[in-house]
Amino acid sequence: MTATDTRPATGDTGDGRDRRRPVRRGPVLLAGLTAGLLLVALIAAGRGQVAVAPAEVLGSVLHRLGLDLGPRPAAPHGESALWLVRFPRVALAAVVGAALGCAGAVMQGVFGNPLAEPGIIGVSAGAAVGAALAIVTGVTVLGGWTVPAAAFAGGLATAWLVYLLARSGGRTEVVTLVLTGVAVNAVAGAAIGLLMFVADESGVQAIAFWNLGSLAQANWSAVSLAAPCLAVGLLATLADARRLDLLALGERSARHLGVDVERLRTRMIVVTALLGAAAVAFTGIISFVGLVVPHLVRMVAGPGHRLLLPASALGGAIVVIVADLAARTLVDYQELPLGVLSAIVGGPAFLWLLRRTRDRAGGWA
Amino acid sequence: MTERVRRRRGPLRLLGRRSAPRVPTATTSGSTRVQVTGVRVERAGRPVLDQVDLAIRAGELHALLGPNGAGKSTLLAAVSGDLPLAAGTVEVDGRPLAEWSAVELAMRRAVLTQSSALSFPFAVVEVVRMGRVPWAGRPEEAHDDAVVAETMRRCDVIRFAARPFPSLSGGEQARAALARVLAQQTGVLLLDEPTAALDLHHQELVMRIARDRADAGDAVVVVLHDLALAGAYADRITLLADGRVRAAGPPDAVLTAPLLSEVYRHDIEVVPHPDTRLPLVVPRRRGPARNVPLTEE
Ligand SMILES: Nc1ncnc2c1ncn2[C@@H]1O[C@H](COP(=O)(O)OP(=O)(O)OP(=O)(O)O)[C@@H](O)[C@H]1O
Ligand SMILES: [Mg+2]
Repeated sequence: MTATDTRPATGDTGDGRDRRRPVRRGPVLLAGLTAGLLLVALIAAGRGQVAVAPAEVLGSVLHRLGLDLGPRPAAPHGESALWLVRFPRVALAAVVGAALGCAGAVMQGVFGNPLAEPGIIGVSAGAAVGAALAIVTGVTVLGGWTVPAAAFAGGLATAWLVYLLARSGGRTEVVTLVLTGVAVNAVAGAAIGLLMFVADESGVQAIAFWNLGSLAQANWSAVSLAAPCLAVGLLATLADARRLDLLALGERSARHLGVDVERLRTRMIVVTALLGAAAVAFTGIISFVGLVVPHLVRMVAGPGHRLLLPASALGGAIVVIVADLAARTLVDYQELPLGVLSAIVGGPAFLWLLRRTRDRAGGWA
Repeated sequence: MTERVRRRRGPLRLLGRRSAPRVPTATTSGSTRVQVTGVRVERAGRPVLDQVDLAIRAGELHALLGPNGAGKSTLLAAVSGDLPLAAGTVEVDGRPLAEWSAVELAMRRAVLTQSSALSFPFAVVEVVRMGRVPWAGRPEEAHDDAVVAETMRRCDVIRFAARPFPSLSGGEQARAALARVLAQQTGVLLLDEPTAALDLHHQELVMRIARDRADAGDAVVVVLHDLALAGAYADRITLLADGRVRAAGPPDAVLTAPLLSEVYRHDIEVVPHPDTRLPLVVPRRRGPARNVPLTEE
């Protein structure tokens, strides 16, 4: 021990204090995404059967904050439509989208594979099985936390399973990963089907909602349960951002650079399950957000996780708010299932990514 | 992997919380940095290394030679702590591998693996900078920029600094990977075939770098297939065959025609260079007279 080391060192290295990396695009991108998120949220909150102009939405928020600025909603029941229906819905969309975007980015880093995503590898389906199980059995030991906790447990178990099944020799082949996901999704789908079979009418409805994915049941209590999961997950991943970068070198080289790979992996799988549960517990399965968003961010900002993680969270929030807006306004007096909409857009994007990955790898071995 | 001890238990273990790492102290030239004793490694139930002894000393360039499959990469993996030992010990700076944490080892030895794939298209400079991570949060961090620039210059990859690593050619990637390993600034360097993908100029350049690091007091191990390169640069050679040390010693003692012919199962000549007297190792080939093109009747 030398006399100079006064700073407490945390076990593994990489604390994200690297100031000189060429990430000058970072702050610009994050600021842009934040502005985009706020804008999209204002617009989305105003649209619907009771239309409120974005300026009035802003005015309503400012008045709540005690600032006497801007116009208040002119429409009858505008204020209550905003605060009881729209805001919780937009807020939950943002939380869910951020969780999915971040979870996708982390998974891709841990698997060293740009095609990993909670929906594709089956973590979302596993979480849905957990949630459905809690509903059908009517267990409420943890009060409002019961369903999210069950979703977390289901997601965690599935994530571990896929991880164990899809890896060999410290790497994950794309084919193995995707096929493992197919199998896991099939089993989870069957489990959900079975639960619907034994459930009563209300249970069937509640479970059907998971399979389609929807924000229709958003309320403030859902937001207050999902948001802490997102916050914890996001902070935990950001703390490991630099180590996730090193994983790109492969597990051996990451270990040679001082990363305790086993612990990092365990932490990140727990975190992914937490983020997946935050997303799935209140909205059901929304696929592909975690796949497409990190990919787009990488094209703009490069693969460094210190930027990729927060940018994917913001990007995911924007995408889900917009997708939900489309789902509830495209058809008058009808609501399209959000999960269906995201799959219509995300499926082709996944195919495109798959082809690109194959071209670069020179075909599947 | 599995043989590494878990020193901390309890919930904080997962968070990776631990006491401050032991930073390496200055070593004197000639002192043993890594001691391998009686090592046996099994893969798929088959011994691929057995009874291997190896001392890696400060100030020495140590060449590891042997035919394909002899166990050279396996030996480096065992020294790096990547593979469990079926028997024997590996000590770094006088302590068994298991007594060091991952960070403490990363401050002492850097490893260039035989293949260097990258899952995501990081820029070359970002890859090289990854080599500085073990020193994050320490006084050494102040030199990060200078070290990264200097190693990139020495490995001749400055031109590619901003390009995505996967867009480089094989040899360029190999040099960029070496730059990352050098940037780690450890006293022990384990390089698995650093010259394999390189052209003649860059082979010499890389061996020169390894030589200079050894002269500056580092302990350097280089796996090589070019025996003349080993003869020209190494202080010491260990020749592996079928998972065992077949011969060890200074180049003159190991690079002999009968020994090499036997180990490589090929008729090999060792002739001194007319000027430098350095050994030239050449397989005995048929003369050009017998290689006349078939078209010439
Ligand atoms: N994962 C593995 N499973 C089983 N056997 C293995 C594995 N990896 C290596 N081996 C075997 O161990 C032996 C030593 O392999 P190693 O990679 O150490 O050889 P090497 O001396 O580095 O050869 P090369 O010059 O080709 O790099 C070989 O016979 C190889 O087939
Ligand atoms: Mg090898």
